[in-house]
Amino acid sequence: MGVKLLLEHDKVEGIRYYDTYRKNGGYRAAEKALKMSPADIVEEVKKSGLRGRGGAGFPTGLKWSFLAKPEGVPRHLVCNADESEPGTFKDRYLMEFHPHLFIEGLLISSFALGSNTTYVYIRGEYAWIPDILEQAIDEAKNNGWLGKNIQGTGFDCEIYVHRGAGAYICGEETALIESLEGKRGNPRMKPPFPAIQGVWMRPTVVNNVETLAAVVPIINLGGDEYAKIGVGKSTGTKLMSACGNINKPGVYEIDMTISVEEFIYSDEYCGGIRNGKKLKACIPGGSSVPILPANLLLKTAKGETRLMNYESMSDGGFVSGSMIGSGGFEVLDEDQCIVKHTMTLARFYNHESCGQCSPCREGTGWMYKILKNLEYGKGKMSDIDLLWDIQRKIEGNTICPLGDAAAWPVAAAIRHFRDEFEWHVLNPDESQKRNYGLAHYADPIHVAASA
Amino acid sequence: MSETPKFKVTIDNISIEVPAGTTILNAARSIGGEVAPPAMCYYSKLQDSGGKCRTCLVEVSKGSEKDPRPMPKLVASCRTTVMDGMEVKNITSEKVIDARKGVVEFLLINHPLDCPVCDQAGECDLQDLSYDHGTEGTRYEFKRRTFEKEDIGPYISLHMNRCIMCFRCVFAADQLTEKREHGILDRGDHAQISTYLSKALDNDFIGNVIDVCPVGALTDRTFRFKNRVWFTKPMDAHRNCSNPKCCGSVRLWMRGDEVYRVTARKDEWNEVENTPDGKPGWICNECRFEKKETKDWVIEGPTQVRRSSVISQGHYEGTKPTPVLIDTVMGRKPQYTIDIHSVSDVNRPEVELSKIDGPAHSDDFKPTQSDGGLKKWTDKLGKG
Repeated sequence: MGVKLLLEHDKVEGIRYYDTYRKNGGYRAAEKALKMSPADIVEEVKKSGLRGRGGAGFPTGLKWSFLAKPEGVPRHLVCNADESEPGTFKDRYLMEFHPHLFIEGLLISSFALGSNTTYVYIRGEYAWIPDILEQAIDEAKNNGWLGKNIQGTGFDCEIYVHRGAGAYICGEETALIESLEGKRGNPRMKPPFPAIQGVWMRPTVVNNVETLAAVVPIINLGGDEYAKIGVGKSTGTKLMSACGNINKPGVYEIDMTISVEEFIYSDEYCGGIRNGKKLKACIPGGSSVPILPANLLLKTAKGETRLMNYESMSDGGFVSGSMIGSGGFEVLDEDQCIVKHTMTLARFYNHESCGQCSPCREGTGWMYKILKNLEYGKGKMSDIDLLWDIQRKIEGNTICPLGDAAAWPVAAAIRHFRDEFEWHVLNPDESQKRNYGLAHYADPIHVAASA
Repeated sequence: MSETPKFKVTIDNISIEVPAGTTILNAARSIGGEVAPPAMCYYSKLQDSGGKCRTCLVEVSKGSEKDPRPMPKLVASCRTTVMDGMEVKNITSEKVIDARKGVVEFLLINHPLDCPVCDQAGECDLQDLSYDHGTEGTRYEFKRRTFEKEDIGPYISLHMNRCIMCFRCVFAADQLTEKREHGILDRGDHAQISTYLSKALDNDFIGNVIDVCPVGALTDRTFRFKNRVWFTKPMDAHRNCSNPKCCGSVRLWMRGDEVYRVTARKDEWNEVENTPDGKPGWICNECRFEKKETKDWVIEGPTQVRRSSVISQGHYEGTKPTPVLIDTVMGRKPQYTIDIHSVSDVNRPEVELSKIDGPAHSDDFKPTQSDGGLKKWTDKLGKG
């Protein structure tokens, strides 16, 4: 059993409610934190090595230290609960079953950053969760953990839950800020960064749900102790939402020292591939990170065992690696068609593009149409190169990372599964009746002897 | 006035000093010629515009004197300010040229390419951009996106199919008029400029959206199909406009004694010129749409068109683009303007419209027997 920090009390009946949560050691971290100085809390978070759990993995302590603190201007903490990445559902789990853990994290972080008004921007599709959160906020308020003069410290904090209208793009922090202000959810140009001018032009920190919840164990354990869990720069625990062709889909807490193979096959986690099939490919961190074939997923290009952490997962860059991203672990077995899968993702990004900048607005639709042709046996060989060229011209040339997110899955699919695309072109009729299968995607890779 | 520090910036191997806070694009424009990146959505007179079209992407090969690291991605020059000692590559960067080609392709895949029936043709930013950075032919094999036609009133005609989503008209309506009545609906590739309930845009200054539109999406309905812009001669004129916010200085597009169209005065970047008091010279709807007779105006004289576009092809003095020092840009030949006469028979290459004092007439535009032009035409038609 790995270390459990966030889901420690996962099996406790009624942990959703204040009394049970408090009895199980809840709000102990808040008690401790409110006696510390805000600067010390930021220092603990820095020491913990906590990295943003939303996808990019930016060090949280560093992000907090960038927050501008001009005199007389309110600062805001905004929690990004617009978890819209296909395959990712860890924040939903936290908010739905551990709302008080989340609120405690929000409270400590608000205190550390000096935010008296904190917002939770939650995606519109999570229609039932705001009620759970608001109930928990009321409970916390009744027990003196929110509102005016919290626990007699003189610190005031209100948390508001803001419901989004259902747009993937509003998970991008500046688009989220625009949407929170009541405008169209278009990403802003950076600079200025939100830490200087965010919501209503005030200094703002935007953090993921899991990141803020992780502040609770950091305060409980102390930054140094927290940093001892995990390996290298991947400290602490990470929630993974596993889905796809596995026996036990669900949310798992891992301590980032386990191997990918263990995560997929052990009974503690995914429990192996469903129906005894073979593993073909996997997207390890949410739909926008590069897909990896089975052989590159389990071992790096250097032949080392791949571990479930930031560094190991991105070993080899995008040529032979991927990213742990938001932790949306999607497993594909031998019966899955990569072309169809890529088309589905392209359709999603086409649908979710905000339409603000040209490469993403026009390019995502174009890629989807080409992939649709390939999938339905109407593709040409030249389409594969064209797709490659389109994704290359989108990547890095857009305002926000959605352009990259749309380009990477297509690029990785062509990079690793080109022969499956070619098979679709060469066998248009057959490709409508059966899938390409596992082919050589699980074969051991040849490791060049190091010089 | 407080002292603004000056920053030294080098763009395509040409160094200049500009005040701190200047954007790369504006620094490049002060050098001029093709060192200035093309801009489809940025409009210096409209606050918050820019950053969207991605045609002005440049490579920053040296961040600044203090932090010489290059920027990892191409940056939008219209929204990135210069740093002291910054080195920028525009047309000297293969990466930039390649990315720009990509952007032009993206802008054109769903564009109807109906230039032959578009009133913007000849002064269209997208047309110029495509000649400079586009490719011949398209790789797009799908049905182009189309929108339902929407009537937005008697003055302005909206062709949503031609729109490139630059947001300029939205900013213009926000900043020039009392109340914005149109905006962007939907998202992604089906986002559109609309009034939602098909209402007429009605505001004294809404006509300016026609001037800021870089393409033919918003055109002057009172000029619709009346003439091609290259068959009209622009004249600077003014009148005593009763609207205090209107500058009253305009450009009349005339043929013979007839005023076909009235627009604001635009500079070489196709933006509204500043009036002598330093304010942008926006004009009111009355000047633009209602005053279509020469007696309404005090004509100052022929316009000196400084813009590099089809309308300027050899017909106006001083319209040649600023010669770029070829050796400074590593031998890359200027391609900023095409020579319209090499691809089309419109107009007579030897006629300089700005040298004709009064209005220009049909004879000044059409090829005549004497220069063999008409014969060339009829020969062509016979063969065609």
